[in-house]
Amino acid sequence: MFTLERRVEQSKSWLVFSPIMAIGLTVLSGIIIFSVLDKDPWMSLYTFFIQPLTTGFGFTELIVKATPLILIGVGLSIGFKANVWNIGAEGQFTMGAIAGGGTALFLNTQESFLVLPAVLLMGILGGIVWGMIPAFLKTKFNANEILTSLMLSYVALLILSYLVHGPWRDPGGYNFPESKIFSDFAMLPILLEGTRLNLGTGFAVLSVLIIYILLSRTVLGYQFKVVGLAPAAAKHAGFDRVKLIWLSMIISGGLAGLAGISEVSGTIGQLLPSVSPGYGFTAIIVAFLGRLNPVGVLFAGLIMALTYIGGENAQIEIGLPAAVTGLFQGIILFYLLACDVLARYRLRYKPFLKARDRE
Amino acid sequence: MDVVAIVLTIITASTPLLLAATGELITEKSGVLNLGVEGMMLIGAITAFAITTITDSAVLGVLAGAAASTSLAFVFGVLVLIFLANQVATGLALTIFGIGLSALVGTGFVGIALEPLPKLDLGLLSAMPVIGEILFGQDFLVYLSFFMVVLVAYFLSKTRLGLILRAVGESHDSAHALGYPVLLVRFLAILFGGFMCGLAGSYLSLAYTPLWAENMTAGRGWIAVALVVFGTWRAVRVALGAYLFGTITILQLHVQGWGLEIASQFMSMLPYLATIAVLVLISRDGAKIRLNAPQSIGKVFTPSR
Repeated sequence: MFTLERRVEQSKSWLVFSPIMAIGLTVLSGIIIFSVLDKDPWMSLYTFFIQPLTTGFGFTELIVKATPLILIGVGLSIGFKANVWNIGAEGQFTMGAIAGGGTALFLNTQESFLVLPAVLLMGILGGIVWGMIPAFLKTKFNANEILTSLMLSYVALLILSYLVHGPWRDPGGYNFPESKIFSDFAMLPILLEGTRLNLGTGFAVLSVLIIYILLSRTVLGYQFKVVGLAPAAAKHAGFDRVKLIWLSMIISGGLAGLAGISEVSGTIGQLLPSVSPGYGFTAIIVAFLGRLNPVGVLFAGLIMALTYIGGENAQIEIGLPAAVTGLFQGIILFYLLACDVLARYRLRYKPFLKARDRE
Repeated sequence: MDVVAIVLTIITASTPLLLAATGELITEKSGVLNLGVEGMMLIGAITAFAITTITDSAVLGVLAGAAASTSLAFVFGVLVLIFLANQVATGLALTIFGIGLSALVGTGFVGIALEPLPKLDLGLLSAMPVIGEILFGQDFLVYLSFFMVVLVAYFLSKTRLGLILRAVGESHDSAHALGYPVLLVRFLAILFGGFMCGLAGSYLSLAYTPLWAENMTAGRGWIAVALVVFGTWRAVRVALGAYLFGTITILQLHVQGWGLEIASQFMSMLPYLATIAVLVLISRDGAKIRLNAPQSIGKVFTPSR
């Protein structure tokens, strides 16, 4: 009989191998899914996973889509490490877009190079405020942050809907629920002419670096890890759990807010009723797939971005339903969680007789 | 204002919450936190809708919806009980997967309208003014939801099996030492939770709004999870909570209809804000939570030989 035996320490090699195995299994499942949908599986796999990367433009689009995922994912991974489950990044992203985008609209006639920093700052603040609410409710009233942060996501999406349908609607926009186009002074600079690659990607790379240093080189980063892995030890060491909850929510909220404002003032250029194709939720998968490690999140963000542009490409080229993207994202997380058991446990073969002999 | 009509719509809005929360209550009482309620409800909703459209039989549809949701719960059970995966992460995976798969299956069913679930008709009884329609004119899932609340309340407090389930949820190690099959009990509790979420989803797409729309649960699964905390893990209080939320959902719709100068978006926020408010009210009292919450909830169990 096979039994699972807890490893003393997580297997480092399995931690790296398990995401690769999960991705492989997802691609294999793709063959089945495409066959069920009556599409040629090999052709579909090619259009989904490879064709988008065959052009230079496709490659920059991959990075554009990966940018918000990495920004949010890096922030979430800090909280997840400390067992603070911020599930409401979608709301913090939206709030960042609202606060930053609102600033851009308010300063739309100002021709100053200070507009962009103000827009970005307000975007980050918007995300932070929206992240601080669950932190407050958790630390003050012990309310579960999973549920409160998620409920606040719905609230943020409704606020955005109200604003673009009402007070912020562009009067010259033929009654479409859209804001005015932001002025050039509120827009993030494009990094590569002719593409949508913008400075937001720079922020993503920078955040990976900063959080990496925070986690690996500072006492604070050490505290995040200990609180998650050994809460009792952390308590004895006198680590302030309340402080870590606040910091987790502020960092992840702020980065989600930065992702939100980078998306609207870097990629979209105005406020729309929907500014995110579920980046806040996909980033949860990115954080796990990247092993809650900033560098891992960087790679995981690129991989999950591929499911977005692959899905779009497959929709245009072979008429696959757009929902396939979400399906792949769910499947990849399932496989990852299943494969992860081998990082924490060793598979042991125990013949029945021997087990009995020992007792 | 027709009070009977309002009460009828309140029942319709509360039933899916009641069904899902009752299922999640049993799952959590066994010590397992399943955050996949939203995903399971969506899978239940689209399966019930698809099978009803194809076979023209609502009963088959509901059964299929419940079966589909239960099989998703089966996957969850395998992952958290056998593969020992983190329950929070696996529940989220279930929800993300459920949203994706239901949207994919549902692409062929958008824009089709169905006859709502048939209502009970007891002739004279159902025709009685005011109470006739409310008491004797509902569809079978409404009656089932009430029956389930009574059954679950009785099961948890009065039966031996209910006691074992609670023991497993309180301390899996002690329950294991006493010789109770911890994993089996939890597996069955997870499957029951999935079954109830399937009924809840079926109700949404067959009775509440008899059509399919992507993501039509709109957070109801998460509200159901919150309701279990709100009801401090007791069946009757959970049921009261479900009706409180059903009432809020319906009243905000009626207020929108009265032509008040409040944007509809703010009224639509009410159920979500109310969820936060009740969570805060209940969780504030740490003693109450500690007294009622299953102590082993969310913890991984590995049998020691």
